[in-house]
Amino acid sequence: MRLSATSLGWTAGARQIVSDVTVDIAPGETFGLIGPNGSGKSTLLRLMAGLVPRGKGSVMLNNDPLAKLPRQEVARRIAFVEQQVETSDALSVRDVVELGRTPWLSALAPFGMSDAEIVRDALDAVGMADRMAQGWSTLSGGERQRVQIARALAQRPRVLLLDEPTNHLDIHHQLALLRLISRLPVTVILALHDLNQAMDCDRLGVMEGGHLIACGPPAKVLTPERLATIFRVRATTLRDPADNATLFRFHCLEE
Amino acid sequence: MASGVMPRRTALGALLRPVVLWGMPGAIVLVVAILAGVAIGETPLPFSMVAAVIANNLWGAGYDVNLIDAGIIWSYRLPRTLVAAACGAGLALSGVVLQALVRNALADPYLLGVSAGASTGAVAVTILGLGGGMIGISGGAFAGAVLAFVLVAALARAAGGGSAQLVLAGVAGSQLFNAITSFLIAKSANAEQARGIMFWLLGNLSGVRWPDVWLAVPMAGSGFLVCLMFVRSMDAFSFGASAAASLGVSVRQVQVMLIGMATLMTATMVSLVGSIGFVGLVIPHAMRFVVGPRHARLIPASALAGAIFLIAADVVSRVLIPGQVIPIGVVTALVGAPGFALILIYNRRRL
Repeated sequence: MRLSATSLGWTAGARQIVSDVTVDIAPGETFGLIGPNGSGKSTLLRLMAGLVPRGKGSVMLNNDPLAKLPRQEVARRIAFVEQQVETSDALSVRDVVELGRTPWLSALAPFGMSDAEIVRDALDAVGMADRMAQGWSTLSGGERQRVQIARALAQRPRVLLLDEPTNHLDIHHQLALLRLISRLPVTVILALHDLNQAMDCDRLGVMEGGHLIACGPPAKVLTPERLATIFRVRATTLRDPADNATLFRFHCLEE
Repeated sequence: MASGVMPRRTALGALLRPVVLWGMPGAIVLVVAILAGVAIGETPLPFSMVAAVIANNLWGAGYDVNLIDAGIIWSYRLPRTLVAAACGAGLALSGVVLQALVRNALADPYLLGVSAGASTGAVAVTILGLGGGMIGISGGAFAGAVLAFVLVAALARAAGGGSAQLVLAGVAGSQLFNAITSFLIAKSANAEQARGIMFWLLGNLSGVRWPDVWLAVPMAGSGFLVCLMFVRSMDAFSFGASAAASLGVSVRQVQVMLIGMATLMTATMVSLVGSIGFVGLVIPHAMRFVVGPRHARLIPASALAGAIFLIAADVVSRVLIPGQVIPIGVVTALVGAPGFALILIYNRRRL
């Protein structure tokens, strides 16, 4: 599903958090959002999900304006995983993932066998299938992250928005998650901090001060000058003899 | 994807199964509780007589019963027990709704100023003579409750409309209306009026007659149905309003509908029997321990438990001290608090 955002913006008081972001994301594309802390990545994702009240600009899903679609219809197309969520309810892992079926259910279409199967598949995909009955409050940060991702998968969305999904994950699960995402037949937009992981995206968008200042293939976007000015690091490129991949090693640039 | 033939049957089955499995036993338990509530009292009456009187009145069965006993059962105890059940269910449901939407464990039906407004309305009618005798204490209480809620909701909206703002606006509104009530009592009530108001504020079912039943029972019934329609939406609020929105819930619409319904229910109950505390706060928590946090179970369980709890509290309030009725709000807390303490201790590992 194509997602096109036109001049998205959001102001908190006098502060412009996101201003005039226009970007077109192709069906099936994996689009990475990078940028320093506070550059507006999370807010941009929330704007794209239609979750920001009084946001400026418009988002189109294929040919439908997001603002005109009923909330339930949006949730069938877009799933969103926030950076951190909390609940005081004593929910189990299964309960949380079952929430992902909410947009597909109604009083006349109750939770059924096929929904249970989708929930199980989603938990399988993040390697939490054997933990279904465990309480959410007893999970570690990384496990919670994976359960939330399973919840988003259970929504069976066509567009998946992920806000720093690799946070809290151990290295195995970081790589497993990125591999899972790259294999999904859906459009994925994710905010990332690890620039080496960002290299695997189809395209990257660089945020700074609320503006999308660059957008394109990773190798074109992550130039030494940009790394120096935006991220304030000097990068040396290394080549991994195992698969000939390029990777960065970073050195902090002083002010 | 599932085949096209099966879903119709399985969907219908999935709808009917919980109704048969849980609804029927629940209804039976409720009916037994109501019969028990009618049978037990200062003058204990046997079940058979209760059943005979009800049959006589419902379809003219023509059993031979003592007229005085029949009067006690039909005009006094039965309406009282039915209203107790409706109030218990209504208050427990309101508690579940507010706790789910406001995301606050301390939320109860009176959070948004309903009970404070009701007391001000009742006092305005009894002491100031507002309405010139045209509206009774119930009418005044209902008007006060709705007025207080509207003010609280407007304040919360003006402050940004988040759940923290709603709680704080509720605190401000309750304080204001409680202060007005106290001011009116201190300024113009005589001792007899003050005692009457006090008694009403703590909850009192002794004035209940059939017309009250026709208000309370349909109110609780429709509230229950509305809550059942929104069980999935309430589940979706587990991770907050924003997460609910991303799961496809029309947050504003659900909030207006459910909080409006809960307030209407609470205002009706408070205006009929006074502000009975404890039920709306604690029954939902107790039921969470028993059936878990998912609302598809929590809603029916809370409604049933609230109804039974208040029937039992009413019985206790009638029989505890012979010849004297204790305010039911006192009984709910006296009996309920130790009971809830036991549940808390028993479940300490699950928290």
